[in-house]
Parts: sequence; structure tokens; C-alpha cells
Amino acid sequence: MATSSLNHERFEVAIIGAGMAGLAAGIRLAIAGKKVIILERHNASGGLNSFYSIDGRKYDVGLHALTNYVPRGTKGAPLTKLLRQLRIPYDALDLSPQIQSRIAFPDCELKFTNDFQYFESQVAERFPQQIDGFKKLVHDIRELDAFALNTPQASARQRVQDYIQDPLLEDMLFCPVMYYGSATEHDMDYSQFAIMFRSLFFEGFARPFAGVRTIIKLLQDKYRSLGGIRKMKCGVQSILHNGKQASGLLLDSGDCIYADKIISTAGLLETYQLFEQPAENSVQRHIGQLSFTETITALDQSPQDFGWNDTIVFFNTRERFHYGRVEDQLVDPTSGVLCFPNNYQYGEGRSLNEGLLRVTAMANYQQWCALDEAGYLAQKDYWYDALQKVALSLLPIPKTGFSLQEHTLARDVFTPRTVRKFTGHLNGAIYGASHKVKDGRTPLDNLFLAGTDQGFLGIVGALMSGISMANLHGLSGTHSA
Amino acid sequence: MTEEQVQQIVIDIINEIAPDEDTSNLDPAVSLRDQMDLDSMDFLDIVMELRKQHGIEVPEADYPQLASLASCGSYLTPLFNAK
Repeated sequence: MATSSLNHERFEVAIIGAGMAGLAAGIRLAIAGKKVIILERHNASGGLNSFYSIDGRKYDVGLHALTNYVPRGTKGAPLTKLLRQLRIPYDALDLSPQIQSRIAFPDCELKFTNDFQYFESQVAERFPQQIDGFKKLVHDIRELDAFALNTPQASARQRVQDYIQDPLLEDMLFCPVMYYGSATEHDMDYSQFAIMFRSLFFEGFARPFAGVRTIIKLLQDKYRSLGGIRKMKCGVQSILHNGKQASGLLLDSGDCIYADKIISTAGLLETYQLFEQPAENSVQRHIGQLSFTETITALDQSPQDFGWNDTIVFFNTRERFHYGRVEDQLVDPTSGVLCFPNNYQYGEGRSLNEGLLRVTAMANYQQWCALDEAGYLAQKDYWYDALQKVALSLLPIPKTGFSLQEHTLARDVFTPRTVRKFTGHLNGAIYGASHKVKDGRTPLDNLFLAGTDQGFLGIVGALMSGISMANLHGLSGTHSA
Repeated sequence: MTEEQVQQIVIDIINEIAPDEDTSNLDPAVSLRDQMDLDSMDFLDIVMELRKQHGIEVPEADYPQLASLASCGSYLTPLFNAK
């Protein structure tokens, strides 16, 4: 169907963005029998969690690990709930749990697996003075109703300091939690912290054997099988409205479609810009400032052949962990994340056909954007080398004179410019705006937010966001008329 | 339609939306939530399927009437028979 045939068509719900949240919302609405359309500007689904190909090699963006991993049939867990809501069978995700991850700081290391007891024993061993406080913090996180939509914001740093007095342990707990989902610098909302802490440590990491593609394909197929319509390369130029109600969408093509309700996963400020409301200062102030760069190296051997057995390594090489905008250089190489997609328990006889090493660090969006093309390529090379050096300093050396380059089959670097392209987020802000709108409401009665800026993060969080916003705003109370 | 038949319709819906739950020995008098791992999102799906499959509308204020199989039977049967 050509895009032009959409002109003046009416839908019950139009969804902006075919990322995890948009696809999940679309599935829920299609299950309910709604006439629904998803519009995506990019040519691939998945948003932040997508993939691209160079020379026939597919590289994942996002997805180091699916957090919130629980075994099949685990009652009450977010993963179980969302699969039920999407009516996707657990086994279709083809998840394999992680081997072991660690938090590596100068002179201190905490290992963790998907068994929380192991992490607790690591904390007890390294921080015997802090273990009682740690246990109290864990209890508090377990008891918190973190998904309540009306919880007031609270400083996670302050709450954690109530229990933990050693700043080293505090920073070591914040490092993975922030890297996997904090849109705010230095500190984060306590309920966000609790959600992420649970998803990383109480539950755990897993990965589909074929990476993020498995998840995207499942969602797309499900949505299509339910009769949902999805339009790619179909950007939204503006939201049509009368100041109170949205009536439809003007597309980049010049066509317009009408919708009774609109769910936008474009981001808070990005959505506001679509209805031409000059952004209030309070919204403007919350433009995300955190963007990432990531290097990907394809290796001729499995990482384990080099003695690299970690699944994920969260690292910091400074005295205090700094999670904030990068001020005066392109990349801050002093903290970040290493990931070996090979190091999951894929089972007997199943292994990825190449070794992969990914290194993620914080980066400055404006500086990357200011480069001309030659400068951009040169800086990608420079920071590729710099980040591999950091990575190798955190890993055992296989043998004297080891050269990563000799084992490298292919490499790529993605930058804040890439993040911007895939997510459409202003500033290439990986986790969106620093202010989240938990109930998804906007100044327009029938326009709602879902996805990153609604506030549930990670892949499971994004899916849950799409589901809960579709349930709350798209399904309830619509049949009374 | 009898209350037993209506209860079976509800059980069929639960089997569809929560295939991992065991619905073989449910006590009609006891709340469904106490016997299975169902949350408010699952009840939304029960309501959704009643509407889609059977054209039965359950207004939000009446959701508590779906708490147990017995209450489902007594609340929904007149609605089914009024169709």
C-alpha cells in the first residue's frame, strides 16, 4: 500500500514510533480490536534497540543484555506479565542467561550473576562494615511499590546514603544502575533506581541467541498477525489539534491521517515540538544531556579463548564515579560498560560464529555533531583506539605481546549522532529527557506519551510502558460511548 | 444460559490469556486472584475478551463483580441472557 493511500484515513489510535514501546502499545490495541497504525520515520523498527548491517555483518544498537530476566513461569515478574499481555510465549524469546558480570572500580571489584545471593556475598566479603546497611537497602527496594504512577520524586543518592556509608560501595551500586537507565546526571529518582536495581540484581541478564532482532521480529509479527498497520519511513511533521484535543497527524509526505487518540513515543520535548506549543521552560530545562558512544569489534576467536569470561563489566577508573554530561571532550573514557555478547549460556553446541566486544562510554553530542565528515571519521578512529585500551586494561592479558588488532575481523563505532538517528531524541539523549511523565498525560486530552520519557527503562521497561499506556489510555473507558 | 456455562466461558478466557495458569481445580467461591497469579492487567483482558468474543460490556465500576467464578456467574449470566 503506498503511503498516499493513507491520506485522510481515520484510525482509532495512531502511534508515533515503532520502538519497543510503540510496538507493544500497538499489539495491546490490536488485541482489543482497535484500528491502529504505527508510524516510524526510520527504515527499521526497534528505536534505540535496533540493529544495522555493514558488509553483511549485523550490529546491535542498544541491547547488551535483556534485563529483568527470570526463568519461565516465574510468578509476578515483569517479564512474565508483559509476555502474557502481549500473548507471546516465553520460549519464543529464546533467552539464555548470563555467565557472570562485574563492577570494576580501582582496587575493588564486585561480581554478580543472576543469583542475588552471590552478589550479596560479594558485598559482604568486600564491605563487611556495610553489609547490614546493604541488606536493609535491599529490603527497602524489595518492598517499594516502584511502579505506582503517582510516587513523588525522591533522591536515590540520599536514600542509599541512609543505609550505605562507604562512598565506594555507593558508587559501585550506582554505576550499573545509572548506565542501564538513568536519564538524569549524578543522581536519579529513587523509584527508578529501585526498578533498575531489581531488574539488574534481583532478576538478571539474558540475551536472545540472535540478539535484539529476535525481539523486534516477534513484536512485528505479532502486531501484523493481529491486523495492525505499520508504516516505515513515514515521519510525523506535526500533530493537528485545536488547543485541547488532537485530531490527527500531518505526515512528512504532506498527507494527513485522523486519529481519535494518539500515543507518542517520540519523547517528551520531541512530542511537544510536534504540536507547536512553545516548550515551557520546565520542559526545555529537562532536555536529556547524556549520550553514549559505543565501539563494536568482531573477533576471530571467542572471547573465552582469550580468558575473557565476563558477560558485562561496568567500570570506573576514577576515585569517584562521575555520571554526567561530558564537558570538554568528545568521550569520557573514565567509566563505561564492556559487553561480550558471546558470554551467555546458550547451551551445548550453540555459539555465536564470531567473537564480539562492545565498549560503551559517555559522549558529548554537540561536539560530535560539530565535526566535519573527515574529522568525524578521524575522531571515531581515535576514540576506538582509546576505548579498546581502557577495555584491555580491565581484562586479563591472554599472552605477552597480545594484539587485539591481529584478531579483529571488523569494527565499528557508533556515536551520539547515530543515537539521534535511531531514536530521534534531541541531543542524542540515550535515555531521553531528565523529567519523566509517569501517567503519560500531555496538555492535549487525547495525546499520550509512552516509551523512554514515560519513565520505565530498559527493553522490558519500554515494553511495559507501551502496554501500560495502551491499557490506561487506549483501552479503559473507550467502549462506553 | 446457565451460571455454570457462563463460568466455563470465563475459564476458557483465562486459559486463553494466561495459558500458564492451572484452571482445572478452581473453587468458584474463592477469589480468582487468591487461586492464580492474575493482576489488574489480566482482568482488563478478561473484560476485553468478554466484549470481543461475546459482545458483553462490563463497565469499570463493575469489575469487582468478576472477583470469583461464582460472582462472575451471577453477574454475567443475566447479561448473556439479555443479549
